[in-house]
Amino acid sequence: MAAWLGFEGRVAVRFLREGRFQTLLIIVGVAAGVAVVAYISALIVGLQRNTLSKTLGAQAHVTLRPLDDEVLSARLPDAPGTQALVQTQARSQRPRSIANWQQIVPVLEALPGVSAVSPMVSAAGLGLRGDGARAIALMGVELARYDRIVQLRSKVVAGEARLGPGEAIIGRELARDLGLSVGDRISVVLGSGGRTVSESLRVTALVDLGVRDLNRRTVYLPLRSAQSLVGLPGGATSLDITLRDVWQAKDLARELSGRWPYDVESWQEANAQLVSALNAQSVSTSLIRSVVMIVVVLGIASVLVVSVVQKQREIGILRAMGCTRGQILRVFLLQGALVGAFGSLLGVLLASALIWVFTSFVRGADGLPLFAITLQPLLAAQISVIATCCGVLAAIAPARRAAALDPAQAIRT
Amino acid sequence: MTSADPMNPPLIELRNVSKRYNIGQPTEAEVLHGVSLQVEPGEFVALIGPSGSGKSTLLNILGLLEPLSGGSYRLQGEEVSGLDDAHLTLKRHRALGFVFQFHHLLPAFTALENVTLPALMREGRVSPAQDRHARALLADMGLGEAFQKKPGELSGGMQQRVAIARALMMQPPLVLADEPTGNLDMHTSDEVFTLLRAIHAARRTSFLIVTHDPRLAARCDRVIELVDGRIRQDGQSPAT
Ligand SMILES: Nc1ncnc2c1ncn2[C@@H]1O[C@H](COP(=O)(O)OP(=O)(O)O)[C@@H](O)[C@H]1O
Ligand SMILES: [Mg+2]
Repeated sequence: MAAWLGFEGRVAVRFLREGRFQTLLIIVGVAAGVAVVAYISALIVGLQRNTLSKTLGAQAHVTLRPLDDEVLSARLPDAPGTQALVQTQARSQRPRSIANWQQIVPVLEALPGVSAVSPMVSAAGLGLRGDGARAIALMGVELARYDRIVQLRSKVVAGEARLGPGEAIIGRELARDLGLSVGDRISVVLGSGGRTVSESLRVTALVDLGVRDLNRRTVYLPLRSAQSLVGLPGGATSLDITLRDVWQAKDLARELSGRWPYDVESWQEANAQLVSALNAQSVSTSLIRSVVMIVVVLGIASVLVVSVVQKQREIGILRAMGCTRGQILRVFLLQGALVGAFGSLLGVLLASALIWVFTSFVRGADGLPLFAITLQPLLAAQISVIATCCGVLAAIAPARRAAALDPAQAIRT
Repeated sequence: MTSADPMNPPLIELRNVSKRYNIGQPTEAEVLHGVSLQVEPGEFVALIGPSGSGKSTLLNILGLLEPLSGGSYRLQGEEVSGLDDAHLTLKRHRALGFVFQFHHLLPAFTALENVTLPALMREGRVSPAQDRHARALLADMGLGEAFQKKPGELSGGMQQRVAIARALMMQPPLVLADEPTGNLDMHTSDEVFTLLRAIHAARRTSFLIVTHDPRLAARCDRVIELVDGRIRQDGQSPAT
């Protein structure tokens, strides 16, 4: 390997150095292409990661609920040959507990990839304080478990996260709407089984869940309080599951709903629109990448084609001296690879500079960077390898032309 | 003119060689018509003739750079007309050295690197012995000061002497030179030619030199005259 690179490598490097301006131009061209690809990739990765963490920051990766109540027709089966038009009316769904959830939790926790499971009792209700009233979503949780689903403690903006009996954690906007602050009491009211129940809770902390709509509705209370309010002693209306790899959610949801008679939903299904938007982004990025790479390939190829014509005589004399066709081929392939490699090196540096500019000067309304964007070393390496391969690819046609040159003809010209 | 001794074959043995260009096209033309020729090891031969008579074509055939259209060519006793490109390339590397009218040095390499290229291309590196050999060759050519100079920094005569050193690098039994002095002034031509004769005297390398210059042809041991693709005359130079 080193033996043949000795000749081919030396000739390739000299040829490139000889064509100074030409070489510089094409390396800068490759660098520009690589910089664009690297920058856009890093930007999209950052953007998507940011969107995902915002979305997943306030919800479970997989949620397990009881199946909806189904209304079954009470008629006897029809006699053969008769046709009946049957209409059944859907029944309003009342909160129901997941059967055997206490047994399910350890089974779920033992599954590979599952990092946390948390039971919840949720219901809609009203939050009251003085004259103010707001529609709220009541979520009864065990704080220690739930914290591992959405890192609730890290989202506290006032007070101290605590959910003892009679205590509540509420969304920041809800607190503002009702004029509540830490230590105040909020009355929660909900209708259950034809009667109205209410309870008064002391606010221990305000949280920012990252989504305004959630901040406006959410009231966390202890699981037990929720169970008795809703009328499901010992029950849980849903189980929240967090995974180590968010992209496993779909598979796990499918597997679980196949195995158990529950309604299992992944975050992707719960956010179908977001997922298709992310996909559209990824497709656009790939499209831009491909177009840039094609331009890079054509650029390198055109420069090398010109170089083959310019170097005809030299190729001819090398062939006369006993240089094989394969060696000539490799000299030009190597030039393509070198141009690709140096171009990507420069391009990665350029992209890093662009990213630095972006993170230093582009700020959100709060003066903080919009979102973290970094060029991952792995991504940079991937792009460089692809660009180098593009260089070799671009060199194939010119290299074959050079190798096929008739030495006698090349020397005569 | 047939070689009887199979242990000592002629260096070159052409039998009834013809060469056609553009076969099958309206421009088809036969450039060489039944050329037969034999060169023994150690000969110093001039190939003369008017422009367009086929000298370069004949030299390219002898140099395994072009295939022949008819006849047979034995180089060092081996028939070469049927060999594939890889074998021809190897044979060129082992048995032949080339000097052309325009030196065809690689401008991006120094004089020394140009000379060692044939060694580099076979082994991927230049051994210390090969490096010493190349330096000695350049010194013999009177280029002891120019090892590290690029061709662009050398005069025409010096460039041609680098090309001669390069042709001798692998110590081939035969050097083919196509108008090696065609681009040089008379004085420089004489110098280069003197050098070629000195190399011949020292190494007994065979030379086949195409030249226009009757003065130089007269300094060769044997002169072959090609006219219209046929050998018109082949004999000892009157000067020797
Ligand atoms: N590749 C080619 N295709 C067609 N004709 C050629 C080619 N090379 C040489 N010829 C023709 O062959 C003849 C001999 O050319 P050449 O061997 O170069 O002559 P010389 O070297 O004696 O001047 C010329 O008429 C030339 O036009
Ligand atoms: Mg000629």
